[in-house]
Formats: sequence, C-alpha cells, structure tokens
Amino acid sequence: MIYHGLVKMSHLSHRSEVVEQKSDVSCVDFHCNISKMSRAKPEDDEYWNSSKFKAFTFDDDDDEFSRLKESKRAVNSILVDDDDDDEDDVERVSWSGEPVGSISWSVKETASSIRSGSEQSFPKIDTTPSLTKQGSGYSLSSLFKGKSKPGAFQSFSESFSETSVRTYAPELRKPKSDGKDFVSDLSPEETVRRMQKGRAFSLEKFRSLQDKLLLLDEAVAVYDGNVITAVLIFLKKSLSKEILFRELMARDVALRHYVHYLKEMGEQKLLVELLKALGRTEDMALTQYKEHLNIKDEGRRRDFLKSCLSLPFSQDDATHVQDHYTLLERQIIIEASDKKADADIFKKFPRKASILNMPIITTLYYSCFYHYGESEGTFSSPSNIRKTFRISEKQYILTALGARAKLKSWFDVDSLFNTKNWLGYTKKRSPIGFHRVVDILHKNSAPVQVLQEYVNLIDDPEVKLNMALKYKCHDVVINSYRDLKDRQELVVYREKLERDSPEYRKIQELLNNVQIRWKN
Amino acid sequence: MAHTERRDAPELPDFSLLKRLARDQLIFLLEQLPGKKDLFIDADLMSPLDRIANVTILKQHEVDKLYKVELKPIVSNSDQLCFLIRPRIQTVKWISDLVNSDKVAGRFRRYKIIFTPQKFYACETVLEEQGVYGDVTIDEWNFYILPLDDDILSLELPEFFRDNFLEGDQRWVTTAGSALHLLQTVYGSFSKVYGIGRCAKMVYESWRELMEEGEQRTRQPEFAKVFLIDRDVDYVTPLCSQVVYEGLVDDIFRIKCGSVEFGPDVTSSDKSIKVMLNSQDKVFNEIRNEHFSNVFGFLSQKAKNLQTAYDKRRGMDIQQMKAFVADELKGLKQEHRLLSLHIGASESMMKKKTKQDFQELLKTEHSLLEGFEIRECITYIEEHINRQVSMIESLRLLCLLSITENGLLSKDYRSLKAQYLQSYGIEHLLTFANLRQLGILEEQQAGETLTVMESRVGKLVNDKTVGKLTDAFSSLAKKSNFRALSKRLALVPKSGEEYDLRIPRDMAYIFSGAYIPLSCKLIEQVLERDGWTGLEEVTRMLNGQDFAVTGGSGSEARNRTDAQRIVLVMFLGGCTYSEISALRFLGKERGCRFIVVTTAITNSARLLEALLDNHA
Repeated sequence: MIYHGLVKMSHLSHRSEVVEQKSDVSCVDFHCNISKMSRAKPEDDEYWNSSKFKAFTFDDDDDEFSRLKESKRAVNSILVDDDDDDEDDVERVSWSGEPVGSISWSVKETASSIRSGSEQSFPKIDTTPSLTKQGSGYSLSSLFKGKSKPGAFQSFSESFSETSVRTYAPELRKPKSDGKDFVSDLSPEETVRRMQKGRAFSLEKFRSLQDKLLLLDEAVAVYDGNVITAVLIFLKKSLSKEILFRELMARDVALRHYVHYLKEMGEQKLLVELLKALGRTEDMALTQYKEHLNIKDEGRRRDFLKSCLSLPFSQDDATHVQDHYTLLERQIIIEASDKKADADIFKKFPRKASILNMPIITTLYYSCFYHYGESEGTFSSPSNIRKTFRISEKQYILTALGARAKLKSWFDVDSLFNTKNWLGYTKKRSPIGFHRVVDILHKNSAPVQVLQEYVNLIDDPEVKLNMALKYKCHDVVINSYRDLKDRQELVVYREKLERDSPEYRKIQELLNNVQIRWKN
Repeated sequence: MAHTERRDAPELPDFSLLKRLARDQLIFLLEQLPGKKDLFIDADLMSPLDRIANVTILKQHEVDKLYKVELKPIVSNSDQLCFLIRPRIQTVKWISDLVNSDKVAGRFRRYKIIFTPQKFYACETVLEEQGVYGDVTIDEWNFYILPLDDDILSLELPEFFRDNFLEGDQRWVTTAGSALHLLQTVYGSFSKVYGIGRCAKMVYESWRELMEEGEQRTRQPEFAKVFLIDRDVDYVTPLCSQVVYEGLVDDIFRIKCGSVEFGPDVTSSDKSIKVMLNSQDKVFNEIRNEHFSNVFGFLSQKAKNLQTAYDKRRGMDIQQMKAFVADELKGLKQEHRLLSLHIGASESMMKKKTKQDFQELLKTEHSLLEGFEIRECITYIEEHINRQVSMIESLRLLCLLSITENGLLSKDYRSLKAQYLQSYGIEHLLTFANLRQLGILEEQQAGETLTVMESRVGKLVNDKTVGKLTDAFSSLAKKSNFRALSKRLALVPKSGEEYDLRIPRDMAYIFSGAYIPLSCKLIEQVLERDGWTGLEEVTRMLNGQDFAVTGGSGSEARNRTDAQRIVLVMFLGGCTYSEISALRFLGKERGCRFIVVTTAITNSARLLEALLDNHA
C-alpha cells in the first residue's frame, strides 16, 4: 500500500500546542488551525528539519487537512484505490517497509476482485422514540434535516423517503465542500460534525446560552458520547455551575454523560453538588458514602462513616450505614485486644488475618470461634453481635455451627440444637433442615457417631436414607431398610460391609429374625 | 454426535485479514517514534496484542523493553516512552504525572500515547489541564476488531457494557459503528439490517453516517444480513449457568481472548498450560457446542478410536511402519495430547460442580425460568447467602429471581438485601444501587400487580385497546416482562417432556432443554419473518426500539450466492459462548452461518463483576 501524508499529519497534531492559550474560553483545538503553524518556535524548526518530509504548504490548509485525514482513513480501512493523487508535494511513504505487494497488496487484490457496481444506501432511523430533543424548544438542524418533531413518531416506512429529503437540505456533511475559512463561523451542526471526525474546530463563538445549548443538543442528536462529553467540558468551563445544572436537568442523556465524566475525573465535590441540585438526594448520599472505600486508615474510616450517618439515605440504607459504622467501631476494639491476646485458643489457632473490614457474618463466625461463651456484655461475644446486628436465628445457628464444628466442639454443637419443652424434656430442634446440619458437620469432618445422631433427626425418611448412605452411617441405613421391610436391600448392603463387623452381624440378626414380615 | 456440517453450509470470509491490517497499522505507528523506545501496554490490551503481533515484531521496530501499565512510578532509562492504552482518564492522568515528574527532574524524553481503538476528547483535556499537551504526541490505533475464531469477532471492550448500560455514556457508539464500517469496507456491504435496542439504533445511525461519507465502493456483499442487539434486551440468558462445554469452560476457567489456562488439576502435572480454544483444535471443535452430559461419552469413544489407531502398528512391516510414522503418528500424537487435556478439563469441572451441588443449583434456576415453586427458590437463595457461598453466585440468583418475577416483593427484597449485606459486606449497598439502576434487581413498587396484568394482557394480543394499555404500562417503568415474553415466544418448553440432549431439537439444548435463549429466539424469529412483522407485541414488551431496514437497491434479488446465507449478529454489551453455540445450532438447522460480532465475550460473573462497586 502506498501511503502518503499520514506521517506528517501525526507530527502536526502534536505540534498543535503552539496555538495561543485562550484564558477563559476553552478552545479544545486538537488539530490546530494549521495556519498558526508558522509561529512554530525555533526548536520546532529543528525538529521539522530533521524529518525527512518536505515542508508543508499552508495555504489551503483545511482541504489539505481533510485529505490527510481521509488518506489516513483510507489506509485504516484499506480502501483500495486512492484516486486523488494530487498531493505531489508529499513524499510517498511505504509503511511497514514491506515490499509493495505483500499484505496490503493482497488486500487490494481481494477487494477489487469481488467488486460490483451497485449503489447502496441505507435509510435513517429515528433513535429517540417519543422525545426527540429535550429542552431548547427548537433546533435549526432538526428543521433542515427534516427530523421528526417531538412527539411525532417516525415509522420506518417514512424513514425511507428521508434520504431524498436530505438532498434538498443544505449540505453540511461533505467535509471537502465546505470551503469555509474560519472554523469559528461554523454552525452547531457543522462544528459537531468536525468534532466527530477529529478535525479542527472552535467553540469560542458559542457564547450565548442558546448557542451553547444548541451545540449540546446537536452533540446529543448524533449519539456520539465522545463529542457530548467534549461539549460538556466546554460548558463546564464557560457556564456557572448553577446554570449548567439547571440546563442539564432537562437533558437526561447529557446529564448522564456529565455525571460519568465527573466520576471518572474524581470531582467528587462537584458531583455531590450536582446531585443535590437535581434533588437526587439518595444518589448523593450513596456517592458520599462511597468515599469511605478510599480511606485506608481504619480510625479515619470509622470517623468518616460516622459523618455519613446524617446523610439523606433511604430508610433501609440508613440502617445499613449505621450498622456499617457500628461494625467497624466494634471491629477496631476487638482487633486491638485480640492482637495481643494470649488465650489458649489464639495459640492453638493463630489468627490468619485481621478482623477489620470483614462482613458481619464473618465477624460473627470469628466471635463464635475465638470468643464463644463470653457474656453478652462484651462487644466480642457472639450474643452481643447477634443482638446488635439483628441476626436471624437461622443465620446464627448456621454460623455458630460452622465455627464450633471447625473446632470439633461437638458438645457445643449439641447444645446449639437443644431446647427444653415445658415439661423439662430436652428436644433437638433446628431452624435449618437437619440434612443441612449433617452436610456442614461432614464438611468439618465430624466422626460417624456425631453424624449419625443428626442423620437420625432428619424427618423425611427418603432424605434420611440417602444421607445415611452418602455418609456411611450404617446403623441408620440398616434401621431404615428394616423399617421399610426391604430384605433385598439389606442383603445387598451386607455385602458392602466388612465380614463380622458389628453392622454385619446386626444385619445377620435381622435377616434371621422370623418375626419381621419382609415385603420382598 | 458430532454434527456433520451441512454440505451446503456457506464458506466464511477470511477474517485473518483484519489481524494483518491491525498489525501493519501498529507497526506504522511505532515507526512514528523512530529509535529505541520502551513500550507500556495496558494490561487488558496484552492478550489482544498477543493475537496479532509478537515480541519479535515489536523488537524489530525498536521496542526495547515492554512494561505493563500499573499506574505506579516507572523505572525506565529509555529516552523515548510509548504508551499503548485504552482511552481512560486514569491512565492518562498517570502519564501526565510521569511527564511532569520528569520535567521537575530536568529529564528530557519523548512521549507518545497510542490510544486504541480511538482517542477521547476527555483524555486530551487531561493532558491539556496537566500542562503536558504538546509534550506528548498522540496517535490512534484503530484496532476495532479482533477475530477470536472463524465465526467470532470481538471488539475486546468489556467496559462497553457498564459505560453504556449503567452509566449511560455513549462513548463507544461510534466505535461499534466504525467496527461495522470496517467490516463493510473489507468484506462488502450488507443488504439488510435488523436490530433491537436503543444502542443498536444509535450504532446503526453512526455506521450509516460513516457509510454516507465514505466514497461508495459497493460490491457483492459477503454477508447478507446484519442483526444488532442490545445486551439489555435479554439479561436472563447471560445470567444462567452455562452447561455447554465451551460455556462451562468459560464459567469455570475463564477463557481470555480465546485462550484458557488449565491448572495442574487439569494437566495432572505440576504446571499450568495455556491452550488456544478454537476451531483449529480438532477435539475441542467437536465438543465445544455439546451439552456437557454428552462430552464424557464422546471423549471416551474418541480415546478408544485413538487406541485402535495406535494399535495398527502391531503387525506392521518396516515399510508400513515408516509410512505410519511419516503420515499418521504426528496427527495421532497431537490428538492424543488434546484429548487428554480435554478429558482432564472435563474431570476437573465435574469435580468442582459436584462439590457445589450443581444439580440443586440448576434445579433452582430452572424453577425460576419456569416460574415454579418461587418460595422454595427464595429459601434456597437465602441459604446460599447465609452460608456465604460465592458472592457472585448469590447475586446472580437474586438477579435471575428479580428479572423473571418482574421485581421482588418489598418484604423479600428488604430481607434478602439485608442478609446479603451481612454476609458479603455492607459496602455492597453501592452494588445494589447499580443493579437497581440497571433494572436487574428491583423492588416491586407498592400496589404493583403488573406481572399478573401483563401476562394476562399477553394473551389478548389482537385487542387494540389492550395494546395501548401495555404501552401505558411500559412507560411507567422498564419492566423485564420475562414471564409474558417467555409465554409468547415459547421459551420454556413444557415440563415433563423428555428432552434428548444428544439429539437437540431446538436451541433449548444449551440450557439442558429448559430454556431457549431469548436473544437467539428473537434473531430466529426476525430472520424467519424477514422483519418484525407479527412480533409487535413482543417488541412492545421489550420497550420498542426495533428496526429493520433494507439497503437502497436491495441486492438480495440479484444472485443467491453463499453470502446470502451468512448473517452477522452484533451483540452490544457482550454475548456468551452459550449464545454462540445456540446460533451455530440454528445455522445448521437453517443452512446458514452466523458470524458473531461482540463488544466482548461475557458470562454471568463478568457481567455482574462489572456492576460491583465494593472497592475503591
């Protein structure tokens, strides 16, 4: 692929800072007005001399520029035959140094071999269903382009005819045909179009509020988020925030771009002000609350969370944030004392990590592990945590079970489920299914005797049998088959057991028992 | 069980061209900074870069050292620094700091930023504000599309999803338009475009503008049709557990840019292996679209065949043996290696899934899809949360519950949210706010009985007044309407019917016969009807935003070439491997081929992780 112009252009684009800095108006002038290049400083000259390309002619700058831009696009999208070969003042550069022909050449071959000459064009569709343009009542562009007015929903069949309408409208889209000398004279439409294409533009002339808003609406109308944000940056610098906020209120798309931009720039204060001005108090509260994630020091983080308590959260969220503060406050206290604790449990099972910033349930687990049995008066006791954070019985049992089973405190496990009825009898009761209890115990490698006890408590006989089989609780299996009067299964199961083991003998006895009326 | 390709399945265009174009442009850009230079690359650009160039190529163009962008102070002695980055404000700020600290230290270097796929004004403004505009040269590497496989093209822009759908930032709209434009320029025009979704419409417009500007170089199209679809049209599908081999591998091992790293548990050695997963891998190619339950049988059959092939050696004479070694052995060994790898992977996945009670999990998902025993599902999810099982999995189930039920009852929402925050951290308040914003985890508004209403409305399609009623409803809030859609499009096959997963009868096979992915069903329906006619009610429930347009001179009528049977589907916001499998299945059924263009490959974990806000 023969390639021209691009090299020079990329040099140009970064020399563009020689443009005079405007003080109050942001001139986001990325590819500067090339005529200003003549003011290049001496060191630039040196730089240019070192480049192997001929000097530029600055007269017809915009055209030149658009051609450069176009050839770049041509290369990028490997358009094949570049027919405008009139740029003789530029040396031809073969890029990638490969012999003419290899890659790009083959592309050209592929492309041209499958060419046919039919003209195709696609119709325009309306992207904004009922509300086309928000805010500023009218826009010239919409009249010119025959775009549907607010409320008028354009059907697709209608949209087909629109291409023809467009041909009568002032032609603003062809980059080459504009012929304007000053980019500052351009309409909002044209300016936005130039911004989209990365060509020279100037926002200086958009000084009246109405012009600024026309510009913003035009950017929104072409769906280009990059340009919308660019216009917003300009508005941010050239409008007071009160006015900008007010105008954004009626422009949802632009508003969301602005919020995202502020988030990415880390302009927290302004963002909070904006949300407040919009009356989005919950979002504002959350945005402020989010800041705590950036605070590493736990003391400062706690204080910050405390300051969040007065923010206008929704009722539910206010409770959660209060919990967050209380939790961290407790964790700091627990951490300080446990760090130097020398109780046996800490020696036997040294702490792997600090408890700071852990979730509530993890904290509860920790407390069931290291501080089980402490009185409710201490912050670190499981019962205190349970009460403070309104933890459900089910959740509490699950967590305590996990922690005590991990420590193999089967006695504690046992007492978790003990309840006394009014006659004083002890009964096992659980808010979680006993099959789940068995699972957890097994995961913590509980011995068969313990497992067996809980398997026996499962209500559903089928589930009970399956669990017993899964965890090899022989007694339960045998009793289940006996209750089912399933002789065959017993015989089968006997074969899986060690000969003369107690279980084996138990099956033997059962099979020999003549009083049982087997079903098979 | 390996599907035999239909004899007349059309040939796909050669997408490797796109890689060469990207590589050549990159080389050109590197040459813009002549002399030795150090190259800093954004972490998420490294894999895509690997697919199109290698270190040797970079070295040939005077790249001295390669660094990953880590947003930390750098150690480099080079006088020229080149940054190959995504256009992100944070990265540009970091570069500005770097330049400024060099200035303070009186150090002179040349700096060049290459933004890919394009630059943003916001980034340039940062350079300007930090006073380094002009000290840094800027270029764009228009690397829009990375071909991941014969039929998968990726923009490799995972942030597209969050930026567009959560933040409402349309910065990537023109990128997607440009990607389409690139395809069109290289491979020819399309004769017909269908689409659904707000973003899809904008992308179409952006692309059309590009088309009008560029000189028309039309020629016979290599694709007949294009279908553009927004991710938010269907959140259910990407939130379901994947059970087709490729999807499962992605869920468990995470395929990155078409390559996966299998750990020691798979390789049964002490090291990990990186493997490319694509159609070049003969074994993988045969199982990628299969339901996982078929894979074991297939692999063991394959192993037997391999054994037989090896066994041929017995009783060979020297000549035959020589021929065997020359012609077959290499292939057999290759197959052997791949086979043992995929067997290892299957085993490892099996183990992991058994451990987490996958069966029970799937049962819950299927109940949610069917709208059956919702109370039991809630209890299951609650227990999941209480036991602090995977934070993402719990969130996934909550979202599935909310979408399929059109929001949670107030009391359920509050209690599940409170329990979630207790188990996984209160800072997830922010995550919940995001999910609500996106509409995938919501509380039903007081007095809202839309679910029942709407499904009733769904039955009375032809009644115009009822149609208006639905309009009024959908303007109230963006509802998922899943239940009604599911009924209307028959997404959930009647339960009780046996579904033979070895001989799939429809796209539901990718979810064990329990659910036909909504996204793919829409594509099927629209292609069948050649538009949205007859689907008015469906599109209404999807909040409108559908379109279908034909190119000016309708090249359709001309000759029925292969190209007429190639359909390009562009997913805006990501698509899953399961959806790709479903489309491959559909293609085989209909004698056409689908090419998937996606902003990124996604799955439930990636989708939800993009919405988390629990860290700084």
